[in-house]
Amino acid sequence: MSIFVDRRTRLVVQGITGREGAFHARQMLEYGTAVVAGVTPGKGGQRFENKVPVFNTVADAVHETRANCSVIYVPPMAAAGAIFEAVDAGIPLVVCITEGIPVMHMSRVMPYVRAHATRLIGPNCPGLITPGESKVGIIPGNICMPGRVGLVSRSGTLTYEVVHQLTRNGIGQSTCVGIGGDPIIGTDFIDCLRAFQEDDATDAIVMIGEIGGTDEQRAAEFVKEHVSKPVVGFIAGQTAPKGRRMGHAGAIISGSSGTAEEKLAAFKQAGIDIMRRPADVVGLLGKRLGALSRR
Amino acid sequence: MNLHEYQARTLLKAAGIPMFDGDVASTPTEAEAIARRLGGQVVIKAQVHAGGRGKAGGVKLARNAGEALDHASQILGMQIKGLTVHKVLVVPAADIATESYLGLIMDRETQQPVFMVSSAGGVDIEEVAAKTPEKIVRLPVDPTYGLLPHQALTLGFALYRDFNQVKAAARIMEQLYAVFTGNGCSLAEINPLVTTPSVQVLALDAKIVIDDNELFWRPDLGLLRDESAEEPSEAAARRANLSFIKLEGNVGCVVNGAGLAMATMDLVKYYGGEPANFLDIGGSSSPEKVISALKIITADPRVKAILFNIFGGITRTDDVANGIVAATRQFRVNVPIVIRLTGTNEAEAIRILEGVGMPALSDMDEAVQRVVQLARKAA
Repeated sequence: MSIFVDRRTRLVVQGITGREGAFHARQMLEYGTAVVAGVTPGKGGQRFENKVPVFNTVADAVHETRANCSVIYVPPMAAAGAIFEAVDAGIPLVVCITEGIPVMHMSRVMPYVRAHATRLIGPNCPGLITPGESKVGIIPGNICMPGRVGLVSRSGTLTYEVVHQLTRNGIGQSTCVGIGGDPIIGTDFIDCLRAFQEDDATDAIVMIGEIGGTDEQRAAEFVKEHVSKPVVGFIAGQTAPKGRRMGHAGAIISGSSGTAEEKLAAFKQAGIDIMRRPADVVGLLGKRLGALSRR
Repeated sequence: MNLHEYQARTLLKAAGIPMFDGDVASTPTEAEAIARRLGGQVVIKAQVHAGGRGKAGGVKLARNAGEALDHASQILGMQIKGLTVHKVLVVPAADIATESYLGLIMDRETQQPVFMVSSAGGVDIEEVAAKTPEKIVRLPVDPTYGLLPHQALTLGFALYRDFNQVKAAARIMEQLYAVFTGNGCSLAEINPLVTTPSVQVLALDAKIVIDDNELFWRPDLGLLRDESAEEPSEAAARRANLSFIKLEGNVGCVVNGAGLAMATMDLVKYYGGEPANFLDIGGSSSPEKVISALKIITADPRVKAILFNIFGGITRTDDVANGIVAATRQFRVNVPIVIRLTGTNEAEAIRILEGVGMPALSDMDEAVQRVVQLARKAA
């Protein structure tokens, strides 16, 4: 078991013939992900790497290959359209890697995603990986190792850093999910925490947040109420400058300034072990997992 | 991207939102001429990308054109939160009966544009929101349908009793929503929205923030960028496609990815150092980006040591290594450089760097400790 992706994941790559899409489709194939189709309008009928069939539409790809997950590498201006298309084709899990999608586009996408009970991960995220089974996105496969720690993060390379620390110290991962750092995203911390809590293959959870917004505070609230597994957390940006803020609406709407101190206080209150630096993840998890195995 | 008040006024005016006449000036004599044209008392307002202008002395009342000249010469060139004032807005001093707040923001939590209005507007609106949240009326708008007529009226009734004022405010809500969606805003704010003794409803001050992701396909909005209002090194970095924020410390940081960049700055602090900057060279880092990054960082005389922290995923570490080597050939770097890189093409990167006598580390903590030590020695 794991969350969201596993051996049964049948992936369609939207934008498979583009520069980014082709590069990462190759990496995913090498990792062993079941890449069953690609989509590029106008290039239907071709084969990617002499192997993966390319279709004109996601609906064609789903019809021909029974794809059940899509990953999107199309440019920012077409990315919202690509999400609509994947949802419309009935794909239950859509992962959007694209960076730079206007927030206004995402505010129109999200009601559609919800109305169709699709799970969207991203946009502007590194995707997710269940080590040894399936990699969907751009997380480097070689730094991961199968195991029993679930990881959820708003960041990209910082996720790699923490996963690397875990793997180097023999702590494997059940699934690593990068939820993305944009203001409007699909799957959030709480969705992942809930899934990890319910997942039999996950013993402990690592949560990596950043300054800004109130997602981490709400996630901490959720941990306090609903998560019995040990959670270890990190907030990046403790030394970031306060910034020269314009207008009042941001502070009014969230009732918060989104600082690291606020988030860390929420973590502490929820019983989440706080990492002061990325390398702390090993010691903190070791302690909590050790206590678990002695129980 | 932040707009100046005078730029926001232009967008609001184009949408038909009623406002007092006014104009922007770059010199005291221009300000004087505008004041003379407007006649009567005027307000001189610093145009700078920072909140709290009034409290910093950047907003002044002038009784006549002569005083406008004096105040403008004081305000032009002054520093507000580290930014120099290059322009002032000159508007008539209004005779005000009431002040309301009207804000429209793209809300992360509801994932929709959300209106916030309050009849208790003005500079202390955040205090109002914190102490008496019931005085703020919120209304999310489904972008599929836009702001519906009854919603606009509801917001109008939240502000005024007089039905003519309610209707005028409702119209302004619709116009502000059009400005918001038509210009890819993440924030559009009128504070205060005022009524005059002659019962007119007018926008007195406006703030607009445009979503940076819109600029790619809206070059017309990009033209509104005022580079003179930015920190010069930050403007240079943006031109080189680098995300950069200048700080006060002496440890220069070059990192790939915003999260890792922040975590690196935090670690510098953790080991007793002070970061000189935030710098994210992004995912696909070409050698040219690395050269630009080093140029920008070494231009700051306070920087005593530089740290590269690169975790290669999409970023190829050999690209970064080539960039470092090319940069040090192009210009002299007079401060020590500590390099940490791991991930994609790491062996090749280490070979390139060792070829020019620059050792690379693989552990983040070790690299940060070393650079902090070097900066301390040089300080």
